[in-house]
Amino acid sequence: MLTIKNLYSTIDSKQILRGLNLEVKPGEVHAIMGPNGSGKSTLASVLAGREEYEVTDGEIAFNGKNLLELAPEDRAREGIFLAFQYPVEIPGVSNINFLKAALNEIRNYQGKEQISAKDFLKLVNEKSKLVELDGQLTNRSVNEGFSGGEKKRNEIFQMAMLEPKLAILDETDSGLDIDALRIVANGVNAMRSPERSFIVITHYQRLLDYIVPDFVHVLYKGRIVKSGSKELALDLEAKGYDWIKEEEVTQ
Amino acid sequence: MAYEGDKILDSVTQKEYEFGFTTNIESDKAPAGLNEDIIRLISEKKREPSWMLEWRLEAFANWKKMTEPSWAHVHYPQPDFQSISYYSAPKSRPKLNSLDELDPEMRKTMNKLGISLEEQKRLSGVAVDFVMDSVSVATSFKGKLAELGIIFCSISEAIREHPELVRKYIGTVVPRTDNFYAALNSSVFTDGSFCYIPKGVRCPMELSTYFRINEGGTGQFERTLLIADEGSYVSYLEGCTAPMRDENQLHAAVVELIAHKDAEIKYSTVQNWYPGNDEGVGGVFNFVTKRGLCEGDRSKISWTQVETGSAITWKYPSCILKGDSSVGEFYSVAVTNKFQQADTGTKMTHIGKNTKSTIISKGISAGKSQNSYRGLVHINKSASHARNFSQCDSLLMTDTCGAHTFPYIEVNNKTACVEHEATTSKIGEDQIFYCLQRGIDMEKAISLIVNGYAKEVLNKLPMEFAVEAQKLLAVSLEGSVG
Repeated sequence: MLTIKNLYSTIDSKQILRGLNLEVKPGEVHAIMGPNGSGKSTLASVLAGREEYEVTDGEIAFNGKNLLELAPEDRAREGIFLAFQYPVEIPGVSNINFLKAALNEIRNYQGKEQISAKDFLKLVNEKSKLVELDGQLTNRSVNEGFSGGEKKRNEIFQMAMLEPKLAILDETDSGLDIDALRIVANGVNAMRSPERSFIVITHYQRLLDYIVPDFVHVLYKGRIVKSGSKELALDLEAKGYDWIKEEEVTQ
Repeated sequence: MAYEGDKILDSVTQKEYEFGFTTNIESDKAPAGLNEDIIRLISEKKREPSWMLEWRLEAFANWKKMTEPSWAHVHYPQPDFQSISYYSAPKSRPKLNSLDELDPEMRKTMNKLGISLEEQKRLSGVAVDFVMDSVSVATSFKGKLAELGIIFCSISEAIREHPELVRKYIGTVVPRTDNFYAALNSSVFTDGSFCYIPKGVRCPMELSTYFRINEGGTGQFERTLLIADEGSYVSYLEGCTAPMRDENQLHAAVVELIAHKDAEIKYSTVQNWYPGNDEGVGGVFNFVTKRGLCEGDRSKISWTQVETGSAITWKYPSCILKGDSSVGEFYSVAVTNKFQQADTGTKMTHIGKNTKSTIISKGISAGKSQNSYRGLVHINKSASHARNFSQCDSLLMTDTCGAHTFPYIEVNNKTACVEHEATTSKIGEDQIFYCLQRGIDMEKAISLIVNGYAKEVLNKLPMEFAVEAQKLLAVSLEGSVG
C-alpha cells in the first residue's frame, strides 16, 4: 500500500527526516513512537502534502502511484486521510456541509456519482454513532467551539465518513481523557479491515492498549531506528527512549 | 418562502425578454457637459411635468455650490463632470451572433456563476429567437401586481402616471442638498424604479429591477423610490450577480425608501460592476446614496448588500428610525480584490422611542485592495430605550491589502444601549490545508471558508439570490490566496 524509501525532508531549511524507510501493507496497523522532535508529525505532514515541508530526497509510493507528484487534495482523494493533531476551526461552515463537499469531491475523483441527500444523512447517522458524536455537533460549524475531545472524535467521525485506504492518526490521543480515548479507539477499531491500513503516531503506549498495532517503530532523529511488535511499545513505556538513543550512539 | 411569483420569475430568468419589448428608443445623445439646457432636455425627453423640471433645476443650483466629499478612504482621479453626456438613449450593445463571439474571460466567469446559456445570451446581447413566451410571462407578472394595487414601473413612467405619489415622496428621505452626488443625481437622473405597495398588501413576489420591462440597461444616474404604505410588506432585489460591464465610469444612484406604520421593506443588492483590470485600470466609480425612512411606528427597513464590483465604492445604506419601535437593519458583505477600494457602511439614526438597529458588516480584502467600514450610530435625545448592536468583521486574504473600520457612535439619551464588536482575521493556511486534506480543492476551500465567514449576511438574502451570491464571492476571490 505505502512504501517510503530513504525519505529526507526539511522545513525552513532545517533537516527533519533523514533517510526514513517504511513499508505498510493493506490491513496493517503501524504505530510510530519516538521522543519529541524526532520527526513524527513531519512524517504525517509530508504524507499529507503540506507545502512547507520540502522533500529533498527519497520516494513515496502509494498504491503504485508516486505520492510526491500528487497535490494534497489528490492524495486525499486517492484515500489518504490525516487525523490532525490540532483540528482546525472553520466558522460558519457546518460540519455536515463540509463533509458533504469532501465526500462528493472524493467520489467525483473516483468516477462515482454525487451522494444523494438521503444516503448522506443515513451515512451521517450511522457513522456518528461510531464515535458517539452528538447530532448537534454534526450540525455545528466545523470544530468551532468543540472541546478538545470533541475535536478528536470529529476527526475520527470524518475518517469514518470518508472511508480512506490509509489513515494517519497524528497524536489523536493527546488531550483525551480515558473515556474519550476509548471512544476514539473503538471508532478506529470498527474501521479496521483487511484493505485499510493505519499509521498511528503517539507518545503513549496507552493508546496501543486499545488500538493494537501489528508493528511498532521508533523514530529518532528522522529515521526509524527500531521496529518490533506491540511489545516494543511496552518496553518503551517502561524504559523510556534513552536506551535507544544510546544504541544509536554506540552504532 | 416559495412564492408563486418565484416560479414566474424563475421562468423569466430562463428566457430572454429584453428584445421582445418595444421601448421608445430615442436615437439622440446629448452633447457632453452639464447645464440648465441639458436638464431641460432630459426633462423634455422624459415628457415630465413642469414641477419635475423645476425640482431638477433647483437641485442643479444646489449642486453647483457643492464640492465633492473627500473624507472617504478612497483615492481616485476626480471625474470631469463637464465631459460626461447626461442624456443618451438606452444603449444598444453590439449584437453578437453567438456566444462564441463573447470575451472568453467573461464567458468563463458566467459559467462559474452557473448562469444559464439563455441568460448568458441575454446579458451579452446575443440575438435571440424566442420572445413571445417571455412577453406573456412578464405580462402576467405585471397583471398580478396590478390586481393587488401595487405600482411597479420605471421612475419616468411614475412621474408621468403617478405624479401625486412621486411629488409627495421624492427627495423627502434624501434631500437634494444631502450631498454632492445626491444633488447631481437629482438634477440629471434618467433611469430607475418606482414602487408603491398599498395599505395592508403583502407583495407576493420578490420585486426586481432585473425584471422591469421598458428599461434598457442600467443607468448611470438611477433613481429609485419605494413606498410601503401602512401594514404592507415588500422584498426588493437590485442588481444581479452576472458581471456587468459599462462604459460609464461614474455611477451615482439615489435610493429612497419610505416605510409607513407597521410596514416592512427588505432591500437586497448584489453589486458586481466592472472593478477594473488586473493593473487597476478602469472600473466603475460607484457613489451611491441609499437611505430608508421608518416613518411610522413599528416599521422596519432591512438593507442587505453583497458588494463585489466597482473600482471605487462609496455607499452607506442608512435608516432613519423615526417611528416608535421601528427597526433598522444593515447586513453587508463587501469584497475587494486587486486594486479595488471600498468605503461602505451605514448610518442608523434613532429618533423614535424603543427603536432598534442591527449592523452586521463583513469585509473581505484581497490583492492590493482597500476595504473600509464606516458607520454611524446616532441616538437622538428623543430616542429613549433605543438599542443598537454592531458587528464589523474583516477578513484579510493577503499581506498587501488593507481593512479599516471607522465606527462613529453618538449617544444623546442615557437610556440607550449601544454595542459594538469588531474583529480582524487573516484567512488561515491551516484552514485551507485542512480542506485540501479532505479532498476539497483550493478554489472550493476558499469558497467554503469565505462563505462561512459571510454566512450571517448571506442568510438574509432571498434564497435564489443567496446561492448566486455564494458563487459570486468565490469567483471574486479566485486566485487571491497562495
